[in-house]
Amino acid sequence: MAGARGLALKRPSAIPGFGLALGFTLTYLSLIVLLPLAALVLKSASLGFAGFWDVVTGARTLAALRLSFLTSLFAATVNAFFGVIIAWVLVRYRFPGRRLFDAFVDLPFALPTAVAGIALTSLYAPNGWIGSLLAPLGIKVAYTPTGITIALIFIGLPFVVRTVQPVLEEFDRELEEASATLGANRRQTVFHVVLPSLLPAILTGFALALARAVGEYGSVIFIAGNMPFISEIAPLLIIIRLEEFSYPQAAAIGTAMLMISFGILLFVHLVQAWARRRFGQ
Amino acid sequence: MSDAAIAPLLVSETRGPAVTTERLPVRIILITVGVTFLILFLLLPLAAVFVEAFRAGLGAYVAAITEPDAVAAIKLTLLVAAIAVPANVIFGLAASWAIAKFDFVGKSMLNTLIDLPFSVAPVISGVIYVLLFGLQGIFGHWLQGHHVQIIFALPGIVLATIFVTFPFVARELVPLMQEQGTLDEEAALSLGASGWQTFFKVTLPNIRWALLYGVVLCNARAMGEFGAVSVVSGHIRGKTNTMPLHVEILYNEYNFAAAFAVASLLALLALITLVIKITLEWRYADQIAASRRH
Repeated sequence: MAGARGLALKRPSAIPGFGLALGFTLTYLSLIVLLPLAALVLKSASLGFAGFWDVVTGARTLAALRLSFLTSLFAATVNAFFGVIIAWVLVRYRFPGRRLFDAFVDLPFALPTAVAGIALTSLYAPNGWIGSLLAPLGIKVAYTPTGITIALIFIGLPFVVRTVQPVLEEFDRELEEASATLGANRRQTVFHVVLPSLLPAILTGFALALARAVGEYGSVIFIAGNMPFISEIAPLLIIIRLEEFSYPQAAAIGTAMLMISFGILLFVHLVQAWARRRFGQ
Repeated sequence: MSDAAIAPLLVSETRGPAVTTERLPVRIILITVGVTFLILFLLLPLAAVFVEAFRAGLGAYVAAITEPDAVAAIKLTLLVAAIAVPANVIFGLAASWAIAKFDFVGKSMLNTLIDLPFSVAPVISGVIYVLLFGLQGIFGHWLQGHHVQIIFALPGIVLATIFVTFPFVARELVPLMQEQGTLDEEAALSLGASGWQTFFKVTLPNIRWALLYGVVLCNARAMGEFGAVSVVSGHIRGKTNTMPLHVEILYNEYNFAAAFAVASLLALLALITLVIKITLEWRYADQIAASRRH
């Protein structure tokens, strides 16, 4: 059963099982992922282009997409800033509890989103640990777009830290010595030598956090308040349309969101290709 | 790694400020900012889960996680994971065998497609199955005629869970098996082992820690998935409610103590997952492709 099945499409090999392994892989991939996703695109295509455009640019949809995108953008920016500081501190300094904090960075990956959602809501509600401190200042977090942003910061943080950390670990410190030898002070070395080489990693982490945040649902709906036009995120609107049996509308919003996240991932791809050319990694 | 990182700090103590680290006040400020951020955004929510869970006392906690609907939710969550995780393990093994051991046209395309579910929003991962199998979906009419229920039943929940956890195992195994090459397998085959013997006695032992790593992450996501499952489940209490959905229902009924009690079980699962993950990364770093960072 070993051998040249697949002819010129496959390089000959002494290892058996190619047909079985690839056949199973392609069948499973098609049934679970490709065909269902095709159904989504097909269903939204049933509206025709004009119909699709009407749904996606309808006032409520547009408000939801804008809210999802803007809060995600803001959260990813906060994560890019603090994520770099956290990665820097974890890689460069030694302090008590460092390894424990390092391990906890992955918590948002492991903690179910609904759990994060109710925990954050209870913290930031007007009678919560943090909410009760902010309430006298007139700051309302839970049930507002600010609350949505807080939840998105929570789920996006590991993306930045975990993409920047390995690059920083492998950064050649002789470059920093060379920079100092040539008369740069520490601030100049950090901002003109180290941070520019971290830039591709920071941008990648930022974009991954953004892509995750745009589609996030579980951690957001509890803290969001879910008021149409104000605090209603795009994924929630999809569910609402689905429950109204407006399948094509739900599919259209879903397709629009897919296009946004593929756009972001294309950006990641371009950044990495640029970084390979620029920094030769 | 640690020696190289500590050296400049030691130098700074003996010869004045070292050129490759920041001054002490700057270091202290950065550490304070980083640690405060981690405590505020990660540890405080985790602590809140357990504090809220026990707010009504131990008796209420035990009652909340042993009442029939909660038990049904726990059982369903375990059942779904027990189907979805092995399915993705078999897929991960097949995909990594094909991709890592052979050269064929379209290989990098296949590799990209495997990661596709990670870039699909959870809600959409549920919606696609409703569009296929829902009452007004593409196969909805046919399924109803044959009395097969997929949406608002176990098959739908399992499908959505498989979709969102699809890449976890494969993407741990593919890079590792590519690194390991085919020499071991070729040696076994030339010594007369059959294909399956080679797989079970040579390949599998080589990848066992990476496989475990992938399974642990896959399982955590399978048991904790909310968005995708929420769309397909129908939220039928005691029947199609998984643990995260049960948490949502209790929370929306203002039954906060019970909601957090069930949530604390999921938080505990997350902590166990983290401990296993870190242990594998520390002990078997060279045998897990994903832990290139350590």
